[in-house]
Amino acid sequence: MGAEFVALSLPPMVIGVLVAIACALPGNFLLLRRQALIGDAISHVVLPGIVVAFLLTGLVATGPMLLGAAGAAVIAVVAIEAVRRLGRIESGAAMGVIFTAMFAGGVLLLEQSDTSNVHLDVEHALYGNLESLIWLDATGWASLLDPVALAGLPVELSRMVLALIVIALFLWLFWRPLALSTFDEDFARGLGIRTGPLGLALVIMSAIAAVAAFDAVGSIIVIAMFICPPAAARMMTNRLGHQVAWSCLFAALAAVLGYVLAGYGPLWIGAGASVSAAGMIATVSGIILGVAAVAGPHRTRNS
Amino acid sequence: MNLTLVTDHDTDQAVRAASPLAVRGMTVSYGQTPAIFSVDMTLRTGAMTAIVGPNGAGKSTLLKAALGVITPLAGLVTVFGGAMADMRDRIAYVPQRTSVDWDFPVRVIDVVMMGMYRRLGLLGRIRGRHRALARDCLDRVGMTHFAHRQIGQLSGGQQQRVFLARALAQQADIYVLDEPFAGVDAATEKAIVAVLQGLRDAGKTVLAVHHDLATVPDYFDDVVLLNTQVVAAGPVADTFTEENLNAAYGGRLTTARADPESVAG
Ligand SMILES: Nc1ncnc2c1ncn2[C@@H]1O[C@H](COP(=O)(O)OP(=O)(O)OP(=O)(O)O)[C@@H](O)[C@H]1O
Ligand SMILES: [Mg+2]
Repeated sequence: MGAEFVALSLPPMVIGVLVAIACALPGNFLLLRRQALIGDAISHVVLPGIVVAFLLTGLVATGPMLLGAAGAAVIAVVAIEAVRRLGRIESGAAMGVIFTAMFAGGVLLLEQSDTSNVHLDVEHALYGNLESLIWLDATGWASLLDPVALAGLPVELSRMVLALIVIALFLWLFWRPLALSTFDEDFARGLGIRTGPLGLALVIMSAIAAVAAFDAVGSIIVIAMFICPPAAARMMTNRLGHQVAWSCLFAALAAVLGYVLAGYGPLWIGAGASVSAAGMIATVSGIILGVAAVAGPHRTRNS
Repeated sequence: MNLTLVTDHDTDQAVRAASPLAVRGMTVSYGQTPAIFSVDMTLRTGAMTAIVGPNGAGKSTLLKAALGVITPLAGLVTVFGGAMADMRDRIAYVPQRTSVDWDFPVRVIDVVMMGMYRRLGLLGRIRGRHRALARDCLDRVGMTHFAHRQIGQLSGGQQQRVFLARALAQQADIYVLDEPFAGVDAATEKAIVAVLQGLRDAGKTVLAVHHDLATVPDYFDDVVLLNTQVVAAGPVADTFTEENLNAAYGGRLTTARADPESVAG
């Protein structure tokens, strides 16, 4: 299993793990702030962003699509904050308004414009193409030390590494004010912490994770990883640091296990083809959440 | 006329410079009508001041605006004569219970450590002396044995003690507490009062929202009667009169006899 594994299975597995952790990290704080659905909203408004990028450039290429997705995510985040503050409604309702409006706008744009001759694939947006992120230059484990071969790694890999570094650095640097303002916002503001910009920065980090990930793995994994590993981790511990560590472990476990099960599971039970890795990874994360909900040591909530 | 204004201004500046916490013309509005309107308040060093008034009078709003937790429409705050932004280290704050997320994964000892945030900064290492201070603060409120409990798994009175311990860990000169006695039993109330009076006797300044009118003269030196505007403020002996209370509570305290029109505003 040497050369084939390194070329065909290792890259998607590693990318899956990176995506899962990049989403689970900010997901911990979104969950504790009862903003978990913002990850859902971001990964959906990405669609109109892609359509607009295509209409403007006429290209179905990664660069413009990524820019369009990022632009849409930023517009959505800012619009949600604006509706929440100006309309004085809670963030869930604000997200509902913006998410629906932008998604509807994307669908309208698709129908109005002449995109019928181009294959803008909804399935791709949902499930991504994790299995196709292969490393053709690899000839075996030795390729991991070969600069020439390493240059041929899927571009999604370096993109995810970069996104994960940015997100992890942000959390490391602002850990204390984030925890404080999530736990007791009035007290945090009394200490001089600017909770508004901090909350916005957290959402922007989530948007970075979602946009960087969606092209490689689709929105299914993104949505699942924002919520499932942190929610399962919360039931394992009563300490924030431990919760974040558990969530990374669960996220990585779901990515590896899900990928393996998708590739080999159907063969084991005698079915023919493999199933979608993205779908399987999301399913495994849901199963982990289910097990934690039944057996986690800190399941009871106060309210 | 002009001369008088300047003199008033200078006098007030001197008053504010001598006061640990002074508020002038504080006006806050959440929607159309103001929650507090043109509130002046001057604390005395080494005194315990109560803010008293009916539900919705704007007591929490006044505290939050004074500490910069919310942005007022208008108003001036000075802390020992300086700007709040430069004096945050000298103020400790215990918010009303409702501002806290009780499900948050945090232990009692971690909550107390939060009081040291301004000294530790973003990345400062937590050292032995920080932990010792946290344990000492817990000890002062009698909560040492609960250090490793999740915060939501305490009773209301125990939670209130922990938040007092967090304020103690701030090692401030001014202690601002929003309803520190809400939902606590007599024993806990006594314990909290003892800690607060100990702070006052050490020369610190205490400001607390208080609901139990019967204990105001026992616990506090000064009182601010608030109902959107300041009804009366000053030493308890002069200020805490039935007449002022009736004005603050719109006559609802005594009987239904009181004509609401005559005390409105
Ligand atoms: N976040 C908010 N949004 C809108 N209105 C608010 C908000 N907070 C307070 N108010 C309103 O402002 C007024 C003053 O509220 P505040 O909480 O300051 O009263 P309080 O004196 O502390 O009352 P209580 O004794 O019930 O704690 C009330 O009419 C309240 O409804
Ligand atoms: Mg209040």
